[in-house]
Amino acid sequence: MNILKRGQAGTMQSSDLMVIVEPADKLIIEIESTVKKQFEHLIRARLEQVLDKFGVASGRISISDRGALDYAIEARLETALQRAGGA
Amino acid sequence: MVLNSLGRQIPETFSGKKLIPYSDPWSLQPHAERSTRAIRRLTHNGSKLVGGLKDAIIAVGLKDGMTISTHHSLRNGDQLLNDLVKEIDALGIRDIKIASSSIHIVHAELIPYIRKGVITGFECGVNGLIGELVSKGELDCPIVVRSHGGRARALITGEIPVDVAFLAAPYCDEYGNFNGFYGPSACGSLGYAQVDAQHAHKVVAVTDNLVPFPAVPVGIPQSVVDFVAQVSRLGDPKKIVSSTTRITTDPIGLQIAKYAAMVIESSGYVKDGFSFQTGTGGISLAVAENVRNMMRQGKIKGSFGCGGITGNFVDMLEEGLFEALFDVQCFDLRAVESIGRNQKHQEMTAGMYANPFNCGSVVNRLDCAILSATEIDVNFNVNVNTESMGYLLHNTGGHCDVAAGAKVSIVVAPSIRGRLPIVRDEVTTITTPGETVGVIVTERGVAVNDNLPELKAELIRRRAPVKDIRQLRDEIYAVTGVPRPIEFVDKIVGLVEYRDGSIIDVIRQVCP
Repeated sequence: MNILKRGQAGTMQSSDLMVIVEPADKLIIEIESTVKKQFEHLIRARLEQVLDKFGVASGRISISDRGALDYAIEARLETALQRAGGA
Repeated sequence: MVLNSLGRQIPETFSGKKLIPYSDPWSLQPHAERSTRAIRRLTHNGSKLVGGLKDAIIAVGLKDGMTISTHHSLRNGDQLLNDLVKEIDALGIRDIKIASSSIHIVHAELIPYIRKGVITGFECGVNGLIGELVSKGELDCPIVVRSHGGRARALITGEIPVDVAFLAAPYCDEYGNFNGFYGPSACGSLGYAQVDAQHAHKVVAVTDNLVPFPAVPVGIPQSVVDFVAQVSRLGDPKKIVSSTTRITTDPIGLQIAKYAAMVIESSGYVKDGFSFQTGTGGISLAVAENVRNMMRQGKIKGSFGCGGITGNFVDMLEEGLFEALFDVQCFDLRAVESIGRNQKHQEMTAGMYANPFNCGSVVNRLDCAILSATEIDVNFNVNVNTESMGYLLHNTGGHCDVAAGAKVSIVVAPSIRGRLPIVRDEVTTITTPGETVGVIVTERGVAVNDNLPELKAELIRRRAPVKDIRQLRDEIYAVTGVPRPIEFVDKIVGLVEYRDGSIIDVIRQVCP
């Protein structure tokens, strides 16, 4: 899918994350997280997995994570992508 | 560098002092006489009032390179230390070491004075921004983290020679008798200040509430006080309470509290003469509530409640569930109000509470104690000092003292905070050695140290969710993923001293 417009999902609550996806020429992933030092590798892996699944090749994906578990990351990113897909 | 018995690299010296690597909780013996200070003879019988803080600093002869202390009984409501350092700076004095009983978030105001060279070291642990900046290498100021008992020990042995103690004195007369029970800045117990009053080379009572002689009951006596200084305000006692001092309503917290109560019940100590300590966290208070119901139902008359004392403990005393409370510091205003009224609400010094180097501290008489944890490793070692970014954010408090003293020390914590697994292969910093930790209680299960086999058997018999600590770790990792260790540079910015003065761990600067 293509990111056609800005899409947002999530909250800034503890154990949640805020995802913002926007159109861009290439794929840019920006991770800000309270647990970045210990978990950036796993957060990035999960984001990439979801982007892969949806066939997203370009767009700016920014997340502000407050220690969310993988299933929350997945759900928030999916929702943000759906909202950005122009559907 | 040498490895201590827990596998931590300890330098041979730090800030010019030779270090003893930690080996075990029990065997290190004191090698010192009690510290001495000059005997003073004051012949006048008039007032010891010198004026304000500036006058007191001049009167005691504070000089570059000296060590000062304050107490933290007003906790995050303390104003004295900030005001004091401003005056010290204004007088052009530099290179001062702070050896207060603790540093709170409010003391972030000291940061400009650290940058300026007014303060050049902390002989005490810190809470909040100062530790964070030191951890990042943005502030150059060595920190030695000590437990409450360890600090008392270090003052008594003279390892920290405090040149001047400036002690907030909420109810004070002009000849220097004071207590913490009454007045606009009443903070209750002066348990920490008691040690400074006996061991600092000079003692200044600082008050915002001068009362006619004599200020009774006498907490700290005129015979150890050199000067009395007056300020408009010592601080705000409403800020003694931290926001967490309410019983949790969170289902995970309540589940943990239920299991912790099972552990206490299974320990066999809940009978006449039971003694107990708990903290102020929401889970701890929920455990205390369960213990209270257990004691009521069993018509049990406990021996004592201990620690930082809260209103919940006061209720238990007044209900007759405990014979006495031993109070090193009041954690809320109901406790402050009680200590001035209840004879059996006993103020105790930090030395009596937790110093390992004496003829027996109160923690040794504890049956069960509830403790918290930021991280726990598979050998039961606990970290309460550093957080997920590797920053030094919390002081030890009485954690390692109580763990060593209590027959059953119970660490309660959710298995996951944010994404952070609380039980893990290795902790970032060892505050408390696993050998002294009895039981880990999480909502996912209970892990019992091998040194308590009877308790473990009893918990299994009662169908508590007993798990091997490695199994617990694996279950948690299955949810969170395996964390990457935090990266540090070689530079050591702080030490974590065990209660006996040996070095259990170091604080390193984090990688940018």
